[in-house]
Amino acid sequence: MNANAPAIRIRGLRNQFGAQVVHENLDLEVQRGEIIGVVGGSGSGKSVLLRSIIGLGHPAAGEVEVFGQDVLGASDAERALIERRCGVLFQNGALFSSLSVAENIGVPMVEHHGLDKAIVARLAALKIALVGLPQDAGVKFPAQLSGGMVKRAALARALALDPDILFLDEPTSGLDPIGAGAFDQLILTLRESLGLTVFLITHDLDTLYTICDRVAVLAQKRILVADTLEVVEKFDDPWVQDYFQGPRGRAAQRATGAAKDTRIHAPTGQ
Amino acid sequence: MAEAGTASIAPDGAGVVVAGDWTLDHVAALMRAAASLKRRTGADTAIDASGVRRLDTAGASVLLELAGGDLQRVHALDSASQALLLAVAEAQAQVTPVATRSEAGLLSSIITIGAALDTFWRDAIALVGFIGLILAAGARTLLRPQRWRVTSTFFHIEHTGFNALPIVALLCFLVGAVVAFLGATVLKEFGASVYTVELVGYSFLREFGVLLTAIMVAGRSGSAFTAQIGSMKAREEIDAIRTLGLQPVEVLVMPRVLALLVSMPILTLVGMLAGILGGAAVCALALDISPMMFWTRLHETVPVTHFWVGMSKAPVFAFLIAAIGCLEGFKVAGSAESVGAHTTSSVVQSIFVVILVDALAAVFFMEIDL
Repeated sequence: MNANAPAIRIRGLRNQFGAQVVHENLDLEVQRGEIIGVVGGSGSGKSVLLRSIIGLGHPAAGEVEVFGQDVLGASDAERALIERRCGVLFQNGALFSSLSVAENIGVPMVEHHGLDKAIVARLAALKIALVGLPQDAGVKFPAQLSGGMVKRAALARALALDPDILFLDEPTSGLDPIGAGAFDQLILTLRESLGLTVFLITHDLDTLYTICDRVAVLAQKRILVADTLEVVEKFDDPWVQDYFQGPRGRAAQRATGAAKDTRIHAPTGQ
Repeated sequence: MAEAGTASIAPDGAGVVVAGDWTLDHVAALMRAAASLKRRTGADTAIDASGVRRLDTAGASVLLELAGGDLQRVHALDSASQALLLAVAEAQAQVTPVATRSEAGLLSSIITIGAALDTFWRDAIALVGFIGLILAAGARTLLRPQRWRVTSTFFHIEHTGFNALPIVALLCFLVGAVVAFLGATVLKEFGASVYTVELVGYSFLREFGVLLTAIMVAGRSGSAFTAQIGSMKAREEIDAIRTLGLQPVEVLVMPRVLALLVSMPILTLVGMLAGILGGAAVCALALDISPMMFWTRLHETVPVTHFWVGMSKAPVFAFLIAAIGCLEGFKVAGSAESVGAHTTSSVVQSIFVVILVDALAAVFFMEIDL
């Protein structure tokens, strides 16, 4: 794999279901070590874009490269290697309901590395602490967790194999503002310490303003603009203007204006 | 591409040198190396990490253990890895062993037996209570036609009754043929092959028609009821029904119970006919008893009472299967696994209860000379 290739490079992506075209000629590049936020209206195909990148969807046309490796044309073995470098947090957590939290985190370690029980238990406990869950959460089952804990447990599973890219599908949806704020900080901390690239889908304007280095706007079947918030806010498009200049957008700008100045900047990879 | 991580004592004996990839791929080997090094070195030996190429959380956790939790002992780590090590150290500090309790062999099996008996008892109580609920809801809605859920009831009649016709008919036909073959083989010894007609007639009208149908319906429709209601419960749809001021028993259970009460007798009738047809086919092909003769003999020797005895059980079984299927659905808690467990339990319980009631009914009908 090319060491200098961007983390994700998408060229001319086209997705369609029957006659309904979701993406048309979509381009996007994500640099290593950055946190990119993807925004767009409901039904604009944010999740479909994510599925195309991680190989769950089958685009009708276009190229998707992860670390310079073509995802769509990859053999099964190559794809498995890419998948091990990607951690995915699904919208509803997608924890395996028949396994405890610690077992959920242990699944990829056992399957991919054949590690013995003691090591897996130890590493799982570490991940649980890393995402800020209490230690007794490990023996609980997903049905026994609150919404915020499910998100954290799912994040711990996504981090199990120490991925280079983390995909987050609406990580703060359904969390209270305090929980959402804590989750944002957690992602920032993990990015700093683990050197992650983060691909984030969100509707949460606070999250955008707090943690994203760049924001990509998905509208009209393509990425309208992908740049820093200052540029995106001023982008001349009615939807973008409504989104960022609406009451919620302005509130989020004001709230995080001060915090942004003190923001830590990302180290470039590890 | 990957270079396995190593940990060794420095050539000059002045410290520990770690190098290579300290990642999850090599974690088992690294842990062994770290454990053996730790025994041979002092608690304040410096660790030179300048040769570490890659570090992840798993490697960092091993490195931290090698350093005895003291970050100051690790030197010359690049800044990103240093940050990682710090984050892992903070997390590791919160890891506390969680005690797990396990009982010894004999005691735990006694506990299991006790718990199973307790569950059985609670299930029985719950079923009786639920039957009461259904009857109460039935009484409430019976006199108010505007609260009958006609569309839903017909939908369930189609799915539990009409769609089950072919499989019930086929099953009963085949068992009818098997019973006739058995009878023919045994009765031939006594030169009484012709009694095969009575054998098939009695068994299907009285027992097999309704029993086979009930088992089929329990497996086919009872399980479906549990899965439908169970997944609604798991997604809080039942709670939504309640908050809309509706009764789940009225909305979900009544149509299913009524549908089975209509479907089961019809399926039973079809089952009886198919079984007798299977018997008649075997008689015609293997015993030279023509269908005409079969019919005449059946008509003369098998009283119609047996038909009514069989038929009278159909609504009872239907009610029990629907009640158990719905009740198990309401017991589902949260997860997909729970839906599966209760669906299994629903089928097992329905078949058990159907056979139990059938056995009791056999004794009852014998005592009253039917």
